[in-house]
Amino acid sequence: MPKEIKSQDFVISLRDIRNQFGDQVLHNHLNLDIRKGEVIGIVGGSGTGKSVLMRTIVGLNQKAAGTIKILGQDVDRISQAELSTLRQRMGVLFQDGALFSSLTVSQNIEAVINEHTKLPAQFVREIAALKIALAGLPVEAGDKYPSELSGGMRKRAGIARALALDPDILFLDEPTAGLDPIGAAQFDALIAKLQDTLGLTVVMITHDLDSLHAICNRIGVLLDKKIKVGTINELTKETDLWIKEYFGGPRGRAATRSHD
Amino acid sequence: MTSPEIKFSSDKTTLTCSLSGSWTTQELARVIPQTANKSETACKEQIFDLKTVEIMDTAGALYFLQYQDKAEANGHKTLLKNVPKHVRQILDTVQEHRIKECPPENAPKGMKKLLTDTGESFYTIMAQGYELISFLGLVLNAFGKQLVNPKRIRWTPLVAQMEQIGIHALPIVGLISFLIGVVLAFQGAGQLERFGAQIFTINLVAVGVLREMGILLTAIIVAGRSGSAFTAQLGTMKVNEEIDAMRTIGLDPIDVLVLPRIFGLILVLPLLTFYADIMGLLGGAAMTMITLDLSLFQYIRYLQDAASLGDFFVGMIKAPIFAFIIALIGCHEGLQVSRSAESVGRQTTRSVVEAIFFVIVLDALLSILFSVMGI
Repeated sequence: MPKEIKSQDFVISLRDIRNQFGDQVLHNHLNLDIRKGEVIGIVGGSGTGKSVLMRTIVGLNQKAAGTIKILGQDVDRISQAELSTLRQRMGVLFQDGALFSSLTVSQNIEAVINEHTKLPAQFVREIAALKIALAGLPVEAGDKYPSELSGGMRKRAGIARALALDPDILFLDEPTAGLDPIGAAQFDALIAKLQDTLGLTVVMITHDLDSLHAICNRIGVLLDKKIKVGTINELTKETDLWIKEYFGGPRGRAATRSHD
Repeated sequence: MTSPEIKFSSDKTTLTCSLSGSWTTQELARVIPQTANKSETACKEQIFDLKTVEIMDTAGALYFLQYQDKAEANGHKTLLKNVPKHVRQILDTVQEHRIKECPPENAPKGMKKLLTDTGESFYTIMAQGYELISFLGLVLNAFGKQLVNPKRIRWTPLVAQMEQIGIHALPIVGLISFLIGVVLAFQGAGQLERFGAQIFTINLVAVGVLREMGILLTAIIVAGRSGSAFTAQLGTMKVNEEIDAMRTIGLDPIDVLVLPRIFGLILVLPLLTFYADIMGLLGGAAMTMITLDLSLFQYIRYLQDAASLGDFFVGMIKAPIFAFIIALIGCHEGLQVSRSAESVGRQTTRSVVEAIFFVIVLDALLSILFSVMGI
């Protein structure tokens, strides 16, 4: 790890995390530091607990042991109110958007803002319209219900809702899964642009090697109940078989070539 | 985080607005009262000093830009100075994406809304009626094909449905019918006592249970229990695209899913009704034995005089008709589910309400018909 990075630059610090379901241990003594303003991709074979790790960080899954520090605060040592404030600084995009199906896209975003602020209704609508535009959706999409949108549009709407309160950290669960290559590339560009303009820290679970090459600064590989973090170049030099297979397999090589 | 502030200081020609603190979504509500009516000032020029802004998020930037617009609309020249780099970036991003004129909600209001809603509801009801009749056609068509070619009948799901609808409903149907028999006998005895005609309580129980109560309560319980289950099952399959998958592998969902449910219910509901009749009469027996001090043997003796076979058949004949309606509506609403979790719930509610409504309306019509026919 380069020396110039100080610990206050970490937006998320995991120490000795342990996750288990019954006898099955998914993570043990897992350590991970995520730096401010980076895009970190999390990869791993199926069943290695990528989603569980993300859910643990955002507080949807109770860890068995370890400490989590988010924006310098230990989540186990702060009050409910502080935790709620902290959660407002994190946005999550679930796999299929997880939009509330009884509300329109615009209402989905307004609901989040109205829950936490006392702004006039018209202004909230305008904020929602702005987020919809930021997510790259046309204005008309705001009045549509999630079931009337295509998969790609639902993901964009999901991002718009995740951005409702202008979070510092954005979590993405397989953002490009199920999108066509053009849509996936556009989505990568959207994430990169949002990350750049809004100064977000992005944590994304992905299997899309192109995404990893295109927008991730670092990559975390879940392996043997721990996580190994590095840039792609660093990871390709790893001796571990799974990592070699992942980045050096036919798909990995193709992605590397196209991004050289 | 410090709360956002905007301070005004003016000389003759310029109004200087100094912004400070964190202009974030959560804190923004505090700045709104500070800016009220300030844009209408005599000064020609407004200078915005953003030097001490700590954080500005997109909502803060949007609010600021709108405020600036308002000042410009009032004929002021505006100027930004000391804009920190991160604030500049946000302002540029928001400026690029914001929509100047946010379309107002164009929902009709008042009288117009009442009229549009009425029209829409009427149209929806007509469309639903049309669809239900089309569905009836589909079902009859599939049934016809099965009659011609009995190999197409799916016996396993049929039997499974009969078990689910029939045997598993026995406890609740039995209990409710028994209690209704008890209540009828108790209330009847109380009223008939005044005329010294307590013995006619048995007539009341027999005719009430056999002609109306047995079948009606069973139908309502089944509509709530099985009609809703049909809708929820088919609806969830629709959401998961299982029904589409069936079509692609050459299975007709009407054959595989709908007909076993409809025929299962048609076969089972008369049996359940018979069972409900017996339980209702037993409930009546229990109560009359207490209030009238009769023995079970005497009760049965009086029952033979009180009820005719006709009463029994009037009740039983309704069972297959009600069964068909409940199953048809349940399956139809299930297949109407669109691809959202919410619509499963909505269609299930609708299925139960419609089924009970039709059962009761039809029961009333049949009562009139039977009385005209003198049965």
